[in-house]
Amino acid sequence: MAVALFNILIFPGFLFLSFFGLAAEFVDRKLYARMQNRKGPPWFQPLADIIKLTGKETIIPREADKRLFKILPVFALASACTAFMYVPIWGVKSLFPFEGDLIVVLYLLTIPTLTFFLAGWNSSSLFASLGSIRALTQLFAYEVPLFMALLGPALLADSWSLSSISAFYAQRPALLLLNIPGFVVALIALQGKLERVPFDIPEAETEIVGGAFTEYSGKLLAIFRMAIDVEMIVVSAIMAAIFLPFFMEGPAVVVFILFIIKTLIIVFLLAVMRTALARLRIEQMVNFCWKYLVPVVLLQILIDLLAKGALK
Amino acid sequence: MSRISIPIGPQHPALKEPAAFTLLLEGEKVAAANVALGYNHRGIEKACEERSYIQDIYLIERVCGICSHSHATCFIQAVEEIAGVQIPVRASYLRTLIAELERVHSHLLWLGVAGHEIGFDTLFMYSWRDREIVMDILAQLTGNRVNYSINTIGGVRRDITALQIDDVLKAVDALEERTKYYIELATQEQTLIGRLINVGRLSLEDALRFDTTGPTARAAGVDRDVRRDDPYASYADLEFSVITDDHADVYGRTLVRVKELMESYKMIRQILKKLPDGPIVAKVPRRIPAGEALSRYEAPRGEDVHYVRANGTEKPERVKVRAPTLANLTAISHMIEGGYLADVPIVIAAIDPCFSCTDRAILLKNSGTGSESVLDWQMLHDYSIDWYRNRGLDFAGKGKV
Repeated sequence: MAVALFNILIFPGFLFLSFFGLAAEFVDRKLYARMQNRKGPPWFQPLADIIKLTGKETIIPREADKRLFKILPVFALASACTAFMYVPIWGVKSLFPFEGDLIVVLYLLTIPTLTFFLAGWNSSSLFASLGSIRALTQLFAYEVPLFMALLGPALLADSWSLSSISAFYAQRPALLLLNIPGFVVALIALQGKLERVPFDIPEAETEIVGGAFTEYSGKLLAIFRMAIDVEMIVVSAIMAAIFLPFFMEGPAVVVFILFIIKTLIIVFLLAVMRTALARLRIEQMVNFCWKYLVPVVLLQILIDLLAKGALK
Repeated sequence: MSRISIPIGPQHPALKEPAAFTLLLEGEKVAAANVALGYNHRGIEKACEERSYIQDIYLIERVCGICSHSHATCFIQAVEEIAGVQIPVRASYLRTLIAELERVHSHLLWLGVAGHEIGFDTLFMYSWRDREIVMDILAQLTGNRVNYSINTIGGVRRDITALQIDDVLKAVDALEERTKYYIELATQEQTLIGRLINVGRLSLEDALRFDTTGPTARAAGVDRDVRRDDPYASYADLEFSVITDDHADVYGRTLVRVKELMESYKMIRQILKKLPDGPIVAKVPRRIPAGEALSRYEAPRGEDVHYVRANGTEKPERVKVRAPTLANLTAISHMIEGGYLADVPIVIAAIDPCFSCTDRAILLKNSGTGSESVLDWQMLHDYSIDWYRNRGLDFAGKGKV
């Protein structure tokens, strides 16, 4: 019981996730800045941002529902943290693995997007409503490619548990080459899930000010930002577990350090995408996801099914 | 789908200066757009009448930070025409040099702002880093990064040395390399092209109908450039081509501006090669004889028009400034309507708006009754006292009329 509580609250639970999330945000912002020929923020900047935000006044619009306004960020953070319980960190086994935890994780990761939508809709502000509608529209665009891209490797591994999938590929690393199209599609779809350029349409600063978060300030905005950071860690960890499960045997500390490195590699790839591209319009994004990502991921599933048949 | 009315401005992250665009949205499409100005009105034209011509140079320069030399030169040209003064050739060349350097800095600034408006912050950072090269050169030549104060009636105030000429040539070489990269970027980066093409369409007929000017018009194929059509300063001695494009959208405006940068580099090199020796200023009397003049200038944003009327005293009788953005602004609602909300910031940015340049005295007509009223200084003063009195503050008796 005490161990479980320690796992949930400290490591690899809430506290570890918070700090790792802030560290990943720093790595992302520093890489972004250096690629733009700038200096970039110091290592403690994301922590300083959170501390500063918690010290600011929280303003709630008069027409918004107070309780919903306050509880939505907590839902976002809670679901993102809970999803991390099922991702393998120091080996091929996660904290509480079970068959079907891949689906649960994906479901838990959809909740933050829904909270963004509700937060914007509840704010009863013009820009927030526009941002919330865009967040949902974007969900329709990237959700299917993302799910299917993670489905393909799961089909080949014959399991719905992240830990089993990770173990399967750790023993047969050659099969990972078959999953490369899925990897690319998942990376692009994840940029949409995390709402970063080129898919930061729901929070397009120059168009709709702050999108769904326009009216959020103070502690609530801090919790939302923390939720986004944790989400980035969780999705990077899932990518590392499914597509990069190398060297999963050995002392737990070594595997854990490798996990950190792999996660940061995914963060690096996401940062490069953020730097090199312009923001798309929402209809361009929907077109792109359904015209290009979905066919590629269908091809990936076909490859995995054929490979599965061949392996039998 | 219900329509919502959304305000872009006066304060909005998309706008660098205040202006009020009220959009009627149907989902993501803009059904109607309304443009309201006036937030940057500072009474400059009236202030010019209270100051001498020399003081007015410094005032007119500060109409805008980005095109300050344009306004100063345009004003000075009008005054020199009234006074019947011919400035020395070297001064004319130096004015042209600073003018082209200003065009370079303005277009690079625009490139960055356009990148930022479409979410492409990397382009913003790169182009503004390169813009620092030309800002440093301008600071070296004139002493300031903006508001150069290089003009005086009868010529220029500072001369250029051989070492400075070398530095300018080196800077132009570096900038040309970078501009080639931006041309490559504009023609090959798919997300950039996707955001700019077919956005803010303004056909040739519409461009002429709305009296647009500058790169906004040239991108639609309108072949007008004051530097070639009505040469001022030393443009008659320089060889350059006027860049037009036929995309008639924001993409065309991007291409026009980037290619104009290359033309500016050519012109700067020609100026420095042909720079003649001689004085840099001619003597002009303090009292400008009575007369009036209209002066035109190709600012980075388009055609800038200044009208000056002198009455034989030290101070001008009337100064009127018509900035290019005012001409281009009327086309904005046409370009935004029917487009997407996501395109509104970049369409506004594509005319390179400078509301500080634009907000001068305007005549408001009551569209219902067609009546217009003119408030003079005293009436305006009384009106403002009453306005505040109705809100519980009494300023009567404080301050002169």
